[in-house]
Amino acid sequence: MTIKLSYEIGKNDFAKAGTASSSIKKVLRQLGISADLIRRVAVATYEAEMNIVIHSDGGNIILQVIPEKIQITALDRGPGIADIDMAMKEGYSTAPEEVREMGFGAGMGLPNMKRCADEFSITSSLGNPTELIIVFNI
Amino acid sequence: MNLREVQRLLDAEILCGEEAMDGEVNTVFACDLMSDVLAFNENKTLLVTGLVNPHVIRTAEMMDINAIVFVRGKVPDEETLNLAKENGIVILGTKNILYTSCGILYKSGLIGAKISSE
Repeated sequence: MTIKLSYEIGKNDFAKAGTASSSIKKVLRQLGISADLIRRVAVATYEAEMNIVIHSDGGNIILQVIPEKIQITALDRGPGIADIDMAMKEGYSTAPEEVREMGFGAGMGLPNMKRCADEFSITSSLGNPTELIIVFNI
Repeated sequence: MNLREVQRLLDAEILCGEEAMDGEVNTVFACDLMSDVLAFNENKTLLVTGLVNPHVIRTAEMMDINAIVFVRGKVPDEETLNLAKENGIVILGTKNILYTSCGILYKSGLIGAKISSE
């Protein structure tokens, strides 16, 4: 069983935000993955999807399912993160006020993704794309 | 606790999901910050919130939350309700404020959900 699906995520596209995570959740359910694991993947993916919508110039969420592993890759087109250590701190956020009014931007996204995942890596620098690789053991 | 009991205690209106009102909830998470809702990890949790937008439903969907109470008489728009219907999520609306809603539910035996870092 090998699956690879890619979803385009638009900058500031709040109307569509969450639809990729919703689709991924449904795919995993069809594959018979356990409910607890699906929830961890769904939460991490949704956080990553919201981050692309809120902070980036747009990008993609890619789901890969290989035997024993589920991998979510979130790759945007910039503008990159100046200080990854700060971004990983709970409560640190650069989200604008209108995003906070929607209930997001509490600075919990990246730490929450890491907590949900079995393996988590982030690659970014200012002026470059950000890539998150989030891996779950099945 | 049965959702019909939640409805009765909060004098709430069923805004959608009438057919799923026999569902049970074991804990409550009350919050207007969806980022924090995404950080707990329990089953059969009731979300009580004053934030009314489609992202609340998306958040509930990701968390397997099957029932939401909107407090302070807030009425969700059609898009929000349709998304809840699609996902089989019960939506209740109460005129009680968040604090009062939580007090009533807590007094009746519903405890708070634990966040994952606890």
